[in-house]
Amino acid sequence: MTTHTSPHPTRRLILQGAVSVALIGLGNLPFAPARAAANDKYPEEAFKLKNEADAIKALYGRTAEPSDKIKLDAPEIAENGGVVPISVATTLDKVTSISFFVAENPNALAASYKFPDGTIPAVANRLKMAKTSSVTAIVEADGKLYSATKEVKVTVGGCGG
Amino acid sequence: MASSIRVRATSNGDITEVQTLIQHPMDTGLVKDAKGELIPAHYIQELKFACNGRDVFVANWGTAVSKDPYLKFSFKGAKKGDDLKISWTDNKGASDETTAKIA
Repeated sequence: MTTHTSPHPTRRLILQGAVSVALIGLGNLPFAPARAAANDKYPEEAFKLKNEADAIKALYGRTAEPSDKIKLDAPEIAENGGVVPISVATTLDKVTSISFFVAENPNALAASYKFPDGTIPAVANRLKMAKTSSVTAIVEADGKLYSATKEVKVTVGGCGG
Repeated sequence: MASSIRVRATSNGDITEVQTLIQHPMDTGLVKDAKGELIPAHYIQELKFACNGRDVFVANWGTAVSKDPYLKFSFKGAKKGDDLKISWTDNKGASDETTAKIA
């Protein structure tokens, strides 16, 4: 920032001095998640983490609050943990991404979907579950994070032969 | 070789519903084969859907997505006869793509 060359160096310096405290204090918070969401790269690190909370933090940089506007559809009991149909739909506005986390899996983050403008905020997929676990859907809407969680009982795990 | 991607995209007025089935082992790297050796991880990492020159849906997947993955979503802004391009890449660098007409 300070190494920038500008046609109005003095004005820039004055502005910087005046708002530097605000920039340091607040600037990082709103911009970091926006960067994460706009980033097109595959989130390799988030997929490697074992713990659900760590994976959410690595992917989004903050925590989610529960919302009743998210409808998470998953079976109560999954007979085959290798193929568990899970879908989510939400009435939240300005949804930019939806991610699925299975807390008890070897790696919590299962899938993350990006929703450009005009795409309906709903997705259905099939996930593997190692054992009985909570399944969490995180919805990123208008820059905020919301979550819905459901417990799925698994009778045969999806990670063995 | 037949495409690994099977897709059905149907237009319902303003909304296009897309259902996809992809043939892929989605190996986690945690399962052993008959000889007791670990099968290395082999899974799709990124799956993209583009229509009329813009991405309409992007999936980032880990190993917890089931074998032969299924996906369903809907989007606005396309009409019957438009092309929907689907492409994936996996962790070994393999990829496949196909184009479907919205019906």
